Amino acid sequence: MISKDISELDISLLLEAIFQKYGYDFRQYSQAHIRRRIINRMVLSGLEDISDIQSNVLNDEAFASKLFQDLSITVTEMFRDPCFYKSLRENVIPVLKTYPFIKIWHAGCSTGEEAYSMSILMQEEGLYNRTIIYATDFNQHALNKAKEGIFSNKMMKEYTANYQLSGGKESFSKYYTSNYDSVIMNQSLKKNIVWANHNLVTDSVFAEIHIILCRNVLIYFNNDLQNKVQSLFYESLINGGILCLGSKESLCFSNLSEEYSEMDKNQKIFKKKYIENEL
Amino acid sequence: MNYEAIVIGVSSGGLNALKFLFSYLPENFRIPVIIVQHINRHSDSNWIKILNNLNSIHIKEADEKETIEPGKVYIAPPNYHLMIENDRTFSLTIDELVNFARPSIDVLFESAAEVYNNKLIGIVLTGSNSDGTKGLKRIKNHGGLTIAQDPATAESPQMPASAIASIQVDHILSLGGIKDLLIKIAGDID
Repeated sequence: MISKDISELDISLLLEAIFQKYGYDFRQYSQAHIRRRIINRMVLSGLEDISDIQSNVLNDEAFASKLFQDLSITVTEMFRDPCFYKSLRENVIPVLKTYPFIKIWHAGCSTGEEAYSMSILMQEEGLYNRTIIYATDFNQHALNKAKEGIFSNKMMKEYTANYQLSGGKESFSKYYTSNYDSVIMNQSLKKNIVWANHNLVTDSVFAEIHIILCRNVLIYFNNDLQNKVQSLFYESLINGGILCLGSKESLCFSNLSEEYSEMDKNQKIFKKKYIENEL
Repeated sequence: MNYEAIVIGVSSGGLNALKFLFSYLPENFRIPVIIVQHINRHSDSNWIKILNNLNSIHIKEADEKETIEPGKVYIAPPNYHLMIENDRTFSLTIDELVNFARPSIDVLFESAAEVYNNKLIGIVLTGSNSDGTKGLKRIKNHGGLTIAQDPATAESPQMPASAIASIQVDHILSLGGIKDLLIKIAGDID
């Protein structure tokens, strides 16, 4: 039983301590989310007071690592929101086909399900050989899992349904090999994915990108941090580059909403406007 | 008591229950209402249009970072949890299912209890699971007013029955009784 209420100040102090000691910056995350995760961790670890969590984080790296997993977002799936992938095929792929080389950035890829989805889509559209997919996250544990490409077999039924709804052209099972209760994704899907540790909060531009996918990550950030990350995306995109957000995310809280045009309003696909007179 | 928000959790049988409530709530009902209705993850928002046509209260899906305003009714979007921040704005998350549900009633109720404390009304309506029980308990512990639909009058009795079994709820009422109580409370504020 948690002995007393957890104040905003308690949470700020804890997040500050984590940042000072480990460099992970959760200070501008949604408070309601952080509070819920901290309470869950306290219940799971049998802690009664927020001060216990503070001393455990500072003195016990194994505990700290558990808490970082709790605080980061690791829920994802293949072809999440099939209508979005359908729109990618119909509206975005024709644009990408005009490029000799395509650089894709999955920002906050977690355990990689969406990056694999993108690999499949690019293969089916005949673009994979001129594509490089940068799949980044600050959570190394999740990245390692993504790199392995081993997923639970019981999810495959749902992923297959998503894939079919998204306009998939093949039998989904051709993209993985089953082994008891898990599946391993085909090696050919990993060939052009670069898995890299990149922190949206603290790291900067690393390449010129044609299309950025960052879906259901920004909802965890407060307005200031959303703005900061939106600037990073804007700087990373080429002129005419494409930004894909989650179905409940928007540019309307960002200072940059005027700098994009809508490619698909419902699926939250935006195109960076061309900057004129730029030499 | 000046209540600042009402949270409602509802599952199977919910559309009829909500239709009933919103047919009778007066146009000048000022306390914002925030609802989690368990719903298929791929469902569209047509059912919200049905509710909206019942009267002039504005019923909409809650948007990320939207500020909660008096006189409006907000509904959690499918496949997202809905939470409330200290500054009275919404947060959405795609965190794991809670009680096999996303959106989950407990997630909304617990975050609302932390923000509104004793200025909150929590209501558990018809449903065939036990989501909402933990959340209603948190509301009670923070001094909020707790209401459960009388299971005998609910299309699916299990959800309100679960809440009643584990919490000393303040009111156990039929939908008609809940509607009357809400109108009375809102009227006392003015």
